Amino acid sequence: MKIQLKNARVVDPTLGIDGLFDILIVNGIIQEMGHHLGGNPVNYEINMRSRMVVPGLFDMHIHLREPGFEYKEDIMSGISAAANGGFTGVACMPNTDPVMDSADVVKYVIDRASHNPLVSVFPIAAITVGRKGEQLSEMRDLAESGAVGFSDDGSSVLDSQIMRLALEYSSMLNLPIIQHCEDSSLTKGGPANESRNSVRYGLKMQHHLAEELILQRDLKLLQAFSGKYHATHISTAGSVDLVKNAKRNGLPVTCDVTPHHLFLDDSLLFDYDTNLKVNPPLRTKEDCEALIEGLRDGTIDAIASDHAPHAIHEKEVEFDAAPFGMIGLETTLGVIMTKLYHTRILSISEIVSLLSVNPRKILGLPIPKIEPGASAEVTLIDPDLEWTVNPEEFLSKSRNSGFRNWKLKGSPVGIIHGQKMFLSARLR
Amino acid sequence: MNDGIRHLLGLRELTAEEITEILDTAKSFREVIDRPIKKVPTLQGTTVVNLFFESSTRTRISFELAERRLSADVVNFTVSGSSVSKGETLKDTARNIEAMRTDIVVIRHSSTGAPHLLSRLLKSAVINAGDGINEHPTQALLDMYTMRSKFSTLQGLRVCIVGDIAHSRVARSNIFGLTKMGARVGVCGPRTLIPSYLDQFGVIEFYDIDRAIEWADVLNVLRIQLEREAGGQFPSIREYRLYWGINRQRLEKARKELVIMHPGPINRGVELDGDVADGQTSLILDQVTNGVAVRMAVLYLTGVRKS
Repeated sequence: MKIQLKNARVVDPTLGIDGLFDILIVNGIIQEMGHHLGGNPVNYEINMRSRMVVPGLFDMHIHLREPGFEYKEDIMSGISAAANGGFTGVACMPNTDPVMDSADVVKYVIDRASHNPLVSVFPIAAITVGRKGEQLSEMRDLAESGAVGFSDDGSSVLDSQIMRLALEYSSMLNLPIIQHCEDSSLTKGGPANESRNSVRYGLKMQHHLAEELILQRDLKLLQAFSGKYHATHISTAGSVDLVKNAKRNGLPVTCDVTPHHLFLDDSLLFDYDTNLKVNPPLRTKEDCEALIEGLRDGTIDAIASDHAPHAIHEKEVEFDAAPFGMIGLETTLGVIMTKLYHTRILSISEIVSLLSVNPRKILGLPIPKIEPGASAEVTLIDPDLEWTVNPEEFLSKSRNSGFRNWKLKGSPVGIIHGQKMFLSARLR
Repeated sequence: MNDGIRHLLGLRELTAEEITEILDTAKSFREVIDRPIKKVPTLQGTTVVNLFFESSTRTRISFELAERRLSADVVNFTVSGSSVSKGETLKDTARNIEAMRTDIVVIRHSSTGAPHLLSRLLKSAVINAGDGINEHPTQALLDMYTMRSKFSTLQGLRVCIVGDIAHSRVARSNIFGLTKMGARVGVCGPRTLIPSYLDQFGVIEFYDIDRAIEWADVLNVLRIQLEREAGGQFPSIREYRLYWGINRQRLEKARKELVIMHPGPINRGVELDGDVADGQTSLILDQVTNGVAVRMAVLYLTGVRKS
């Protein structure tokens, strides 16, 4: 199959490219790249009219819910949602049922995902058996089965000795320990951030120190022992400072942030919309600003959605009873383009680093490159397309978006991944 | 009530004018309940459901009396625990009941925001009879009604709420309502029972009960939930009583006579001594009587708009 992308603005930060090119892809390989390619008959010709082609985006923190919770999402629907969101690769969290703490479950997920190679699915296995925080999982076996990192996401590894062991053991495998930072003794209080707004709305609260204390402890452990450490979905100004200082001291630490922690704050909880109930909770405007600054100054390495699908009947309940989480695969790029690109806070090249290059680096995965001879793995982006978020149109099985009715500027319009291609209806 | 107020979800959402309208309406219903025949036909043909997901004797009885005195048809639905634990969602429960053609739903629930959720799901008017730690608007309205009857205005009145402020919907509704009506609000209790960020409401914080007594015209004393002790929010009931319990000796040190209020039920000898609760300046039983009138007003203002 031959695909030709004409007049594409190719942005590849790894190669330092930002310019207009025609790209010829033959049987999944970028064969030619240049100006005014032509002559050869092709199966598909897409005139990009200066719209962007970038290395395939990667979401390093999503929940595919399979096995166990297929009514929320399954691997196939998750892959569709990822493709629709412009992602050619995702890493999925292990809080499935059964928990992804054994080679069997890792292999199951990889096998299921292989039925649709449009999006590569990389499992993140549990750090501890059953995500209980008590005993290390069989990390080496999990790694050899295809796990690309370890996390007990949804809860923290609270026991300091277990955390030390996890860092040291995983250092043999050169895979990161991905921590959801939450001191649960401080979060028993409730589902909302402790803040002026939550006090006003009468919500039960948890203090932001619940996140920062675990992060700080982990950074101390990291300083003393070996290991690669990644703090996922950091959400507070204090966490940004902690990571910034740790990096200054040369620690092997990385972190990611979600679009909702960047752009939604706890003032929005006034009518108790359970789609805004997430963990960590939405923080204050000041925290949002600190997170954006953390992206700008390079403290934060990656943007990840924490795509957490839940069925409507699970979310249409009392705030205290609703499960944590919102979906994000199909809104991340639009939100980031609207709030960071069109506001000139970040360049497109920086955005591609945060959404494609860095997450793969953190997980030790190869970085797709846009050059002749490389395997094709690209995302097509229309930076100026205006659209309104309507979760009813999503390919995810779930609708629990916190960005419903947001007017966005910028959208993925397709992906090409090897022999596979997905073109959005938005590509005109 | 104007168009903005279809439901009574909380006092956070109301304006001073709307609160005044409720209190003024309550005044005429207070006259009704002092008559030998305490009943008016105002809500004849209107069906009210009391949907109580948390046990409460007095609030439910007060609502039920208010409903019956307005000639409404009344259905009581009481479940212990959350609807979820019983296997049916709040949405299903409420919609099933509404399918029987009800007009007003009075809801008490242990989760903040449950009445707000119902107001989005139902066509009925929704009245919040207490949600989580958020609000208990009719309690605060009856407290304000009682204070206004005693002092003729709330403007400038100094009201100190004593007890577990952090977990009290009564405290929060009082803070919203009283500050909107021009009263000054203080809170007093152990630091661990007073949430941060109260300064945004202009609330004064006291940790010393004697200073609070010195400052206040009215003490609104909250029930100390005995399970908070077990939760470690303060060291012991004994210590609470020693340093924050309201007793005769403490009140006698004040230069003026303080009005004593309490939403009930009282833990006598814990947050409030019996002789003070029963004393000359206690308005506790007036609160109970006024509660029926205030709830009649709220039912009338939300119910009449429906019919």
